[in-house]
Amino acid sequence: MADLLWRRATTPTGRPGALAGYRQLLAAQVRSQLQYRASFAMDLVGNLLLTLMDVAAVVVLFRVTPVLGGFTLPEVLLISGLANLSFSLCDLAVGNIDTMRQYIRTGRFDAVLTRPLSALLQLVCGDLALRRLGRVTQAVVVLVIALNLAHVRWTPARAVLLVVAPSFGAVLFGSVFVAGSTVSFWFIESGEFSNAFTYGGRDFTAYPITVYAGWFRKAFAYGLGFAFVAYYPALAILDKPDPLGGPRLLSWSSPVVALAAAGVAAFIWRIGIRHYRSTGS
Amino acid sequence: MSEIVISTADLRKEFTVSTRVGLLRRARRTVPAVAGVDLTVARGEMLGYIGPNGAGKSTTLKMLTGVLTPSSGEVTVCGFRPVAQRTRLARQIGVVFGQRSQLWWDLPLAESFRLLRYIYRVPAADHAARLAECRRLLDLDAFLDTPVRQLSLGQRMRGEITAALLHSPEVLFLDEPTIGLDVVSKQAVRAFLADLGSRGDTTLVLTTHDLADIEKLCRRLVVIDHGRVVHDGTLPELHARYDSRRRVVVDLDTPWAGRTGVPGAVVEAVEADGHRVTFGLSGGTAGELVAALARDGALRDVAVLEPDIEDVVARLYAEPAGDDRVASR
Ligand SMILES: Nc1ncnc2c1ncn2[C@@H]1O[C@H](COP(=O)(O)OP(=O)(O)OP(=O)(O)O)[C@@H](O)[C@H]1O
Ligand SMILES: [Mg+2]
Repeated sequence: MADLLWRRATTPTGRPGALAGYRQLLAAQVRSQLQYRASFAMDLVGNLLLTLMDVAAVVVLFRVTPVLGGFTLPEVLLISGLANLSFSLCDLAVGNIDTMRQYIRTGRFDAVLTRPLSALLQLVCGDLALRRLGRVTQAVVVLVIALNLAHVRWTPARAVLLVVAPSFGAVLFGSVFVAGSTVSFWFIESGEFSNAFTYGGRDFTAYPITVYAGWFRKAFAYGLGFAFVAYYPALAILDKPDPLGGPRLLSWSSPVVALAAAGVAAFIWRIGIRHYRSTGS
Repeated sequence: MSEIVISTADLRKEFTVSTRVGLLRRARRTVPAVAGVDLTVARGEMLGYIGPNGAGKSTTLKMLTGVLTPSSGEVTVCGFRPVAQRTRLARQIGVVFGQRSQLWWDLPLAESFRLLRYIYRVPAADHAARLAECRRLLDLDAFLDTPVRQLSLGQRMRGEITAALLHSPEVLFLDEPTIGLDVVSKQAVRAFLADLGSRGDTTLVLTTHDLADIEKLCRRLVVIDHGRVVHDGTLPELHARYDSRRRVVVDLDTPWAGRTGVPGAVVEAVEADGHRVTFGLSGGTAGELVAALARDGALRDVAVLEPDIEDVVARLYAEPAGDDRVASR
């Protein structure tokens, strides 16, 4: 009778759906994280402190100067809030893509490639860090406070922008994370290099781009698209003309910019994966 | 001719490695790991892919499974191009890399198996039936609830094999599945694979350094060295090609004086002051030799040794693989 059991599947009944694999990987990941409650709580507190420090840094700056690059404290807080929310949403999903370097260095990526799922999504599902939920909440809190201080005049369009901007901001950051970690397919010890763009990008977006100058502003704001994460959407929400003279349309460009970045990142990823060399043993 | 499940043509993989020379300078060097392999495997074959360390076995397997992109050449496995159609191929193949786990380190074995059902989208009933079968044949029950990181090597390997089979793959690739296992575990794994192979619809491709694996599991042997195929055929063909012999060891009452002339037998060793002699048979039979020795009298004991695969392989590995190889070194 044993032979019967080995027969290839013919009945589609009870066959899991196409996304079930990802869902179950995520669930397994969450379960294993909840096993370590103590460290989970400590990370939450640690993240809270980090966010407070970020806000404190902005407030301290304004003790020295009443305006920063043409923006008041509540306005800058709004920009920071949008930037942090974008970043923390992205960090929640793909922040641990850094572990990819470990996968590649140790050859564990082999196992990822032999499964019938997207390699990138497997890494994302396997590395989701729940503890980062705390950062998302804190970013929302900062954002709400800033919106109140800035006396925003709400319109439906501005409300929509408040959702669209962080969502696509997260996509843009995610693209930078993915593209940056792809470098490790070629150079295995490449950690600091990609951090310059991811964490550097977060810090860049937290302030109005008017405080930066020259090629640095051009490269980060437009080359990598970071101006579209928080700066331009904030201008529209605040109903403030661009000190740099850009058109209003730029405030609504983040989806286009983010999707273009995602396309580029996906392209780099596909090339990178073909350069994966595994390990000798 | 039956259905072809694997075919490669002039498959190559080169690695560029850079080594430090001096403080800052690095020298780049190209290592031809696989240097033009042509291979055709039909459904249901049990293929042993063997060769010395660094011959390119693992590299070939990684190209067949879509892990590594070939430098050049053609590969088709189950009708798919492994890298370009990686996820579709993944459903049709099972992979066991002895050196590296495919399981989730922190999860109990049973949980890994459950996860794999969703990943490979296996119908519940099929999954349950196959798992039950593996549990029985591979004795998994004692450690199903143990996290993978706490399993012994032998237990883990049985888990790996099960994991690779739950979606009932067309081809099972095994890279050194018996490495580091004790005799009992080796036999369990071997018996299981032999059984699986004898069912005829799963193709097995395995690399191993264990010669007993080869004798028990591989109907066909492909030997590679320095990235090239140096032999492709059955085990008996390999013996024939290398003229490997059965041996007859005799113990004599009086020391060996080189009397017996039996055509087809050569003296290979004389030990114990001439009281023990080893003959290699090439053409003649053991019966003729023993009869001739018995006629001379003084024959005390006889043992017949089967041809030793270890010898053949050692000879094969030692042999130069042709001019190109010398050139590439
Ligand atoms: N990721 C890698 N980077 C650089 N060189 C590699 C890599 N993988 C394999 N090689 C080289 O390619 C050659 C073939 O290696 P491979 O692992 O395929 O050998 P093998 O036949 O599996 O050997 P073994 O029996 O020792 O497992 C070796 O010279 C090895 O050093
Ligand atoms: Mg190997």
